[in-house]
This record gives sequence, structure tokens and C-alpha cells, in this order.
Amino acid sequence: MIRVVLPTHLRNLAKVNGEVELEVERPITQRSVLNALEARYPMLRGTVRDHATQLRRPFVRFFACEQDLSHESPDSLLPEEVASGREPFYIVGAIAGGV
Amino acid sequence: MSKVRVLVGTRKGAFIMTSDGKRQQWDVQGPLFAGWEIYHIKGSPADPNRLYLSQCSGWFGQLIQRSNDGGKTWEPVGNQFAYVGEPGTHQWYDGTSRPWAFKRVWHLEPSLSEPDTVYAGIEDAALFRSADGGQSWQELPGLRGHGSGPRWQPGAGGLCLHTILFDPSNARRMFIAISAAGAFRTDDAGDTWQPINRGLVSQYIPDPKAEVGHCVHRIAMHRSRPNVLFMQKHWDVMRSDNAGDSWQEVSGNLPTDFGFVIDVHAHEPETIYVVPIKSDSEHFPLDGKLQVYRSRSGGNEWEPLTKGLPQSNCFVNVLRDAMAVDSMDTCGIYFGTTGGQVYASADAGDNWSPIVRDLPAVLAVEVQTLP
Repeated sequence: MIRVVLPTHLRNLAKVNGEVELEVERPITQRSVLNALEARYPMLRGTVRDHATQLRRPFVRFFACEQDLSHESPDSLLPEEVASGREPFYIVGAIAGGV
Repeated sequence: MSKVRVLVGTRKGAFIMTSDGKRQQWDVQGPLFAGWEIYHIKGSPADPNRLYLSQCSGWFGQLIQRSNDGGKTWEPVGNQFAYVGEPGTHQWYDGTSRPWAFKRVWHLEPSLSEPDTVYAGIEDAALFRSADGGQSWQELPGLRGHGSGPRWQPGAGGLCLHTILFDPSNARRMFIAISAAGAFRTDDAGDTWQPINRGLVSQYIPDPKAEVGHCVHRIAMHRSRPNVLFMQKHWDVMRSDNAGDSWQEVSGNLPTDFGFVIDVHAHEPETIYVVPIKSDSEHFPLDGKLQVYRSRSGGNEWEPLTKGLPQSNCFVNVLRDAMAVDSMDTCGIYFGTTGGQVYASADAGDNWSPIVRDLPAVLAVEVQTLP
């Protein structure tokens, strides 16, 4: 079971509290986790990654195991702690100021 | 007695304000979608309980929300706006070419007759249509594909399509406006478009009378006379009596003819409203006095409306989608400011009072008149 922590706005949009738990087939990558997330919560499509390019939106970050994985390839394996469910995969809204 | 429902989009959420026909006591609901920018909310003329809302953020992109019960509950619908074919390029601020790229939805215009049909004006400028209640969106590529498209360039707010007007007497005719390309008209339901900017004069572009390149801020129409259009341009208030084929300036005695909003009285097609703003470099009212100007002659002769509006130390702006009129017997006028006030007049602008004073910056105001 993969654990995913969403930022507040996306938790509200998906109408969930706390962590999201997802069944994801191995290999466990950013892409496979996000595919599973969007399949279960279609309203999140386009909010984490761009519809057309499937690239991470610029002000969204991916953290896990105290590492910033934002610039990793979407097809790189996520840490085993995430794949085994011991640690969550964090989707974070970047601290980016704004109005 | 009839009711009114005012739909307000702000930088940090949406608000819905309702009142009876007197329009003195208001119930305020919100913020809805707190923390998100709400560029526009509008109800379907064919089904007032059907509302569409544009929700976006710099972090999480664009969402479209739909309500089937007048705003009590909402559901996210389709948010994929894909340009048809190779997007091509438009002009950038520095004169270079830049690929068209979707940024956000500025304006949602529901069909006059079909609740499930709604049009979206987006940045970078294009017109999209949904015929399934917002679940899926298709571009009308003939607009962006107009031969002048590669010469369009953004205004300070972006290359946005912000105005969509339907001709109630001719289902195949529509008008749109883009900052800073100008106004366009279709006579074949959106397949092809022609620029309708003859008579506009813009000193801030190399050819002041160019076919395109004008920074049109807003166009308004009275339903009973769809060939008569009123325009607030970057500078100049304009009027057309031939569906945009030509325009003449009607700024008349306005103290400044820069501004963003323009609207038409619900029952008097020659009565129009603007909010003069000092200049393109100082986006606030002249002398710190917030004044709506009304013309009862379709332009040229204007009177200031000040009762109930701050007449000192007021330095807010009123953005292009932030004025609306109701269709009660005594026409109500509404506008919102970047200072977070939403003002209402229940007597066609003679007297004003704030519905609310301290919202986030107001981006859009629409009003529904309900049975």
C-alpha cells in the first residue's frame, strides 16, 4: 500500500482527510503513483502534473524520506520505504510567495 | 418578490450574496474554494441554478466547477484545454515570438438557451466551447487561426480573451475581445472571425489605427439592440452602431477615459456606466474619489454618481469583469474593487452602499435576477 500526503488544497478538492492510501503495482515510481492517484481521484488530473506533457507543475514538489525527489525522472524507482508503505510520498505546494 | 444573487470571484475564493428585491439586506456565503483565484462565476440564462466557475492557482493550475443548485453544492468538471493542432506562436512583450500556452480561464459565458453549453475565454487567447456541461472542452480554432494571430501580444495582464457576447437575435453571431489584440466577430457560429476594430485609435502601438493590436478592456451590449456595442478601451470609451463594423469615441466629458468596466442599464439601452481610472500607469480613481459615471445618451454626456461611494483617499481599481446589472424593475448596478468592496445600487446608480467591505481583491462580479 502506497501512502500519499496531499497539500491542503488538493485534499479539499479530493474530499479526503489525512493520508491517501493507494494500491499500486510495482515498479513504484512517481508516474505509477500519480497514475493511481489520478485514477482514484479524477478531479486531481491537471493539478499535480500538466495534462498534455504529464510533467510536474512548476510549483509542485515531491518529497520522501527527507529527500527532494522533484527533479528525479518520473520513471525512477521511489525509495523502498515508500514502495513498502513505511514512509509516505509527499506532494507539496512549493513555498513560492504569491499574492 | 424577486431575488437577486450576486456572484463574486476574488483572489482568494468565491462569494455568493443574496437579497430580496429591495436589495438592502444581504446574506453572504463564502469563501467558497478558499485560497484559490476565482476569475469568473456565471449562471446559465436558461437555468439559473446552473452555475459555472473558473478556479485557478499558480500552484495547482486550472479547475472548472459546476453547480446545479444555485451554488449550494459544486462538482469539478473538465479542466483540459488543448489547442487544436500545432499551437503556433504569438508576439511576446519584447517582440519575439512565443508558443501559445494555456494559462487560465478568464471568462465563462453560458449559452443563452442551453444550460449544458458554455464558452470559455482563456489565456493565451483562445475560445473554447463545451456542450456537455463543462466535462469536455473543444477549441474554436478559427479565432486563433485568424491570420493576425501571430501578431497578437499580451497586455499587462496577459494575452487574455476576456469578453464573450452572444447576439440574442442571431445564434450564429458572437463577439469576443482580447487584450491586446482587439475585438472580433463571427457570423458563422465561430468557424471564422473578423477583426472589428475600425475607428479605434491607440497611440501606444506603432500604427494607432492598426487592424489588430488594440487593448480592448471590455465590451457591453443591450439584449434588445445587439448591433449597438459599447467598449471601454485601454484609453477611450467607444460605441458602434453597426455590430462593430466601425466605432466612434464617446468619452465626451469624462474626467479620464481610461478604465476597465463598462455595462448597460437593463431597461434603458442608451444608459451606460463606466468607472474612470486615472491612467494606465496609475490604476486608481482620479483624486482618490471613487466615482461611477453614467451616460443616459449612449455616451458623450456623462454624470458622476458618488452618493455612498468614498470621495477621499480611495485608491482601488475596478477590474474588467467586476461590474454587472440586475433586471429588477429599478435596475440594480454592482461592482467590486481590488480593495475588496462590493458596492450595490438599487436605483440605477443614484445611491450606493457596500454589500461587503473587506473581501480579497475582487476579480469578477455577476448578478442573477431570480423569480
